[in-house]
Amino acid sequence: MQSLILTTTTRLLAALLLMFSVYALLRGHNLPGGGFIGGLIGATAFILYTIATSVDEAQAALRVDPSNLAMAGLGVAALGGIGAGFAGDPFFTGQWLFLFRDGDSYVPLSTVLVFDIGVYMAVFGGILTLVFALEQEI
Amino acid sequence: MELLLALSVGVLVAASVYLMLDRNILRFLFGLALLSNAVNLMIFASGRLTPGAPPLIDAGEYAPTGVVANALPQALVLTAIVIGFGLLAFTLALVYRTFMTLGTVNSDEMRVAEPVDAGKEAGK
Amino acid sequence: MSWLLVYPILIPLLTAVLSYLFRNSPAGRWISVAGTVALLLASVVLMSEVLEQGVVAAQMSNWQAPFGITLVADLLGAVMVVITAITGLATVIYSLSEIPERLERLGFHALLQTLLMGVCGAFVTGDLFNLYVWFEVMLISSFGLLVLGASREQLDGGIKYVLLNLVSTIMFLAGTGLLYGLTGTLNMADLHLAVREVENTGLLTTIAVIFMVAFGVKAALFPLFFWLPASYHTPPVAVSAIFAGLLTKVGVYALIRMFTLVFDHDVAFTHTILLWAAVVTMVTGVLGAAAMNDFRRILSFHIISQIGYMVLGLALYTPLGLMGAVFYLVHHIIVKANLFFVAGVAKRIGGSTDLSRLGGLYAHAPVLAFLFLIPAFSLAGFPPLSGFWAKYVVVKAALDLEMWFVAGVSLAVGLLTIFSMTKIWGSAFWPAHPDGIKPRLSDLPMGDRMALMLPIVALAALTCIIGLFPESFVLFAERAATQLLDPTDYVTTVLGVQP
Repeated sequence: MQSLILTTTTRLLAALLLMFSVYALLRGHNLPGGGFIGGLIGATAFILYTIATSVDEAQAALRVDPSNLAMAGLGVAALGGIGAGFAGDPFFTGQWLFLFRDGDSYVPLSTVLVFDIGVYMAVFGGILTLVFALEQEI
Repeated sequence: MELLLALSVGVLVAASVYLMLDRNILRFLFGLALLSNAVNLMIFASGRLTPGAPPLIDAGEYAPTGVVANALPQALVLTAIVIGFGLLAFTLALVYRTFMTLGTVNSDEMRVAEPVDAGKEAGK
Repeated sequence: MSWLLVYPILIPLLTAVLSYLFRNSPAGRWISVAGTVALLLASVVLMSEVLEQGVVAAQMSNWQAPFGITLVADLLGAVMVVITAITGLATVIYSLSEIPERLERLGFHALLQTLLMGVCGAFVTGDLFNLYVWFEVMLISSFGLLVLGASREQLDGGIKYVLLNLVSTIMFLAGTGLLYGLTGTLNMADLHLAVREVENTGLLTTIAVIFMVAFGVKAALFPLFFWLPASYHTPPVAVSAIFAGLLTKVGVYALIRMFTLVFDHDVAFTHTILLWAAVVTMVTGVLGAAAMNDFRRILSFHIISQIGYMVLGLALYTPLGLMGAVFYLVHHIIVKANLFFVAGVAKRIGGSTDLSRLGGLYAHAPVLAFLFLIPAFSLAGFPPLSGFWAKYVVVKAALDLEMWFVAGVSLAVGLLTIFSMTKIWGSAFWPAHPDGIKPRLSDLPMGDRMALMLPIVALAALTCIIGLFPESFVLFAERAATQLLDPTDYVTTVLGVQP
C-alpha cells in the first residue's frame, strides 16, 4: 500500500514510538510500563513501518532477524535470574545497585531491569516474527 | 456483580461450545478464544470482587493499607491472556497454512494423516 | 542447594537460546548435544541429592512458600527429570542423523530444548499455576516440532493435536482458577493442607473431575485420546519418539501428583472413575493397535494402552499400585522411545513404515531385529525384561484388592500386545521385502549408523539392566510410592524451607 501521508508520518511516529517504548521499559518496575508493554509499543513502531513500506524494508531497517532477537531476549531474561547466583541468593532474587546516590535521587540498576530488557527483546522480536511471517503470506 | 460475571461466563461458555461443535476449524478456534476469555473472567471472579480498591502501595509504605483487591488473580489472568494470545496467533497461522496446503478447513475432510481406506487395505 | 532444582530448567533454556542463534552452522547441533549432556549430569546430581536428603525444595526469588513459586523434587519428580534427560539425549543424538539441515535451520534443536525445559519444569514445580505455564511451554514447542517442515500429513495431524490440546489447557486453567477460589492458594503442598479445610466437598470433587479431564487429554486416557493416533506418526521419527516417550507421561505424572497430593478426599469416587477409564483405555488402545497396519501407528495406539496400566496403578491407590505406576512410567518412557527409534531405522533402510511395504529386516539387518525384540518383548511384558516387572506389580496390586476382572483384562491386553508385536515382526522383519530391497544397516554411512544405533543400543541396555537387576529399581519405586501416599515430608519441606 502506498500512501504519502502514512509514509511521511510513519517516519516521525516510528521514532517517537521507539523512544516511548524505551521510556516505558525503564520506568516499569514500580510504575505502569515494563518490558512487556515496552516491547509491544516498540513492535508497533515497526509494524507501522511495515504497513507504510514493506516487510523487506522493515526487515532492512531492523537489521537483525527478529526471531534471533526474541531468542536472545530469552537468554538475557535468564541472565537476569542467574545474576542472583553470584550473590548467593536463590534464582531470580532481585539484586540492586544504586549509583550516583545524592540525597533522595539515584540511578537504580538491578537484575530486575536486565530481566525486563530480556522480556522487551523477546516480546519485540516475537511479535515482529509473527507479523512479518503473516504479512509475507497474505 | 458476581451474578453478572457468572452469567456472562455462562453465556460465553455456551457460545463457545456451540462454536466448537462446528466442523469448520476456524469456528472451532473462535470458540476456543471465547472459552479462554470465559475462563479468564471466572478466575477473576474467583479472586473475590472488591470494586474501587486497586492493590496499589502508597508512596512511603511497604504494604497496601486498608482493604484492597486481590492482586494474584489479576496476575494469573494477565499471564493467561498473554499465553492465550500467543497460542491463538500461532494456531491462526497454522489454520491458515493448513487451509493453503490442504485446501479445506472442514475437519471431516482432513483425512491425510488417517486415510479412510487404511483398514480396508489391511483386510485384503 | 536451591540451584540444583533450577538447573534442569536453566540448562535447556540456555541451550535453546544458543542453538537457535547458531542454527545455521553445525555448531548449533553440537551445542544441543552438549547442553543435553549437561542436563543429564545435573539431573543425576539432583537425583543423588534427593536420594540422600529426601525431598528437596527451593523458593524462587526468596519469596516464602505459599506466596512465591516453589521448585520441589521428591523421588518421583527427580527420577522423571533423569528419564527426561536420558530420552532427550537419545533423541538429540538420533536427530543428528535423521533431521535434515533444512529443519535445523528452522530451529529444530531450539524447539527440542524448549520442550525439554517445559517437561523438566513440569516435573520440578511445586506450584499449580506454574505447572500450567510449563504445560504451555511444552505445548507450544511440541506444536512447533509437530508441524516443522509443514508436510500435508503433519499439518493434518498437527491441527487436531493443537486444537484438542488447547481445550485441555483451558480446562486446566479453569480448574486452577476454581481451586484457587475455593482454597485461596496455588502452592501444591499448601493445597494438600487447604483442601482438608474445605467444607463444600461436592465442589471439590467437581474440580477434581475437571482436572481429571484436563490431564486425561494430555495423558491420552479414554475417551480423550483421539488426538494422539491422529498425529504421532506424522512428524520425523526423532520427534515422534520423544513425544511418545515423554509428553503423555507428563499428563500421567500430573494425574499422579494431583490425585495423591491434593484430591484424596473422595477416593471412592474419583479413583473409581480413573479405574474404569484406565481399563477401557487399555482395551481400546490395544484393539486400535491390532487394527493398524503401519509401524508407527501401531506403536501410537500402544502408547494409549500402556497409559491405561499406569493410571490403573494410580487408581488402585494402594502402595503396591502406585509403586507399579511409578515403575511403569520409567520403564515405558525408555521402551516406547526405543521402539520409535527402531521404526525410524526400519524406515530409513527399508524405505517405509507401512508394514506391507517392509520386509527382510531379519535376514539383512539381524542386529536391528535383535534390538527390536528387546523393547518389543519388554512392552509385552516378557520376563526378564523391565516390562515384566512393571506389569507384574500392577497386576499383583489389582489381585491383592481382589479385582479379578481388572487383573484379567490387563493380562489379556498383555497378550494382545504380543499379537501386535508379532504382527510387526511377521511382516517387517521375517518375510522378504516386497520390492526386493535388501535393507542393510551397513549401507548407511558410518556416522549415520552411529547416531542412529547408539540411542537404540543404550536404551535397550537400560531395559535389560532394569529387567535383570530389578531389586534396586523396585525398592526405589516403593520408596517413591510411600512418599506419594504420605506426603508429610513433601509438605513440611516445601512449607518449612526458609528462604
